[in-house]
Amino acid sequence: MDGKHDLIITRDFDLPVEILFKAYVEPEIVEQWMGTKVEKLESKIHGCYRFLTPDGKGNNIGFNGTIHDFVHNERITRTFEMENSPFPVQLEFLKFSELPNARSHLEMHIVFKSVEDRDAMLKLPFAQGINMAHNRLQEILENHE
Amino acid sequence: MNLRRDVFQAIADPTRRAILLLLASQSMTAGAIASNFDSSRPTVSKHLQILTECDLLKQEQNGRQVHYHLYPDKLKEIADFIMPFLKLWDDRFNKLEDIMKNHKSK
Repeated sequence: MDGKHDLIITRDFDLPVEILFKAYVEPEIVEQWMGTKVEKLESKIHGCYRFLTPDGKGNNIGFNGTIHDFVHNERITRTFEMENSPFPVQLEFLKFSELPNARSHLEMHIVFKSVEDRDAMLKLPFAQGINMAHNRLQEILENHE
Repeated sequence: MNLRRDVFQAIADPTRRAILLLLASQSMTAGAIASNFDSSRPTVSKHLQILTECDLLKQEQNGRQVHYHLYPDKLKEIADFIMPFLKLWDDRFNKLEDIMKNHKSK
């Protein structure tokens, strides 16, 4: 296999695993921490979801996917697709596990269609970060006037 | 092998990643490096050549022997590239943790 086209993000939370899991399942909580509107979130096998995220320019970017595997407090396997974008669908494996002292661990394994697609996706936060900074700057400047 | 020569291509192959880890602690000859792998000597040489062309390894002549040593500056490019993405998730996860802590105590 030449070329790895996946990415693993891990994180320990100072939260019991069932509380962490809840943050992925309850729409109003997802909305808060992901900074998105949740149009639909069916947390079950063969369920689907759709998020609408404001881009800061008055438009919403749609994200959607299908849930392939769903086990409470253990795992979610789902697809993720950014609508109206050249990026192909990606596959996400979320693994939740319990740690001692009411803590928990999350492993997010993202599989991209190709190395190029992964690299293009990784470049996004730069652009987004710059846009957000610009918007904030604009806000500050407008209030200043 | 295609002609793209950058640090991302360098780490795309598992054998090349293993070579980088081997050389992290000491410089070695091509023969010594190859002895750690099941791959043929020419295959390992090809990997060493790619890593050298990607500026991750440097060759050093010691008498009749050539030692390869790690030149890690270029690895920083990978970190710089991936950090904003990790930061994005780190920020989100911090928020998640805050929200759920309040949620729990309600």
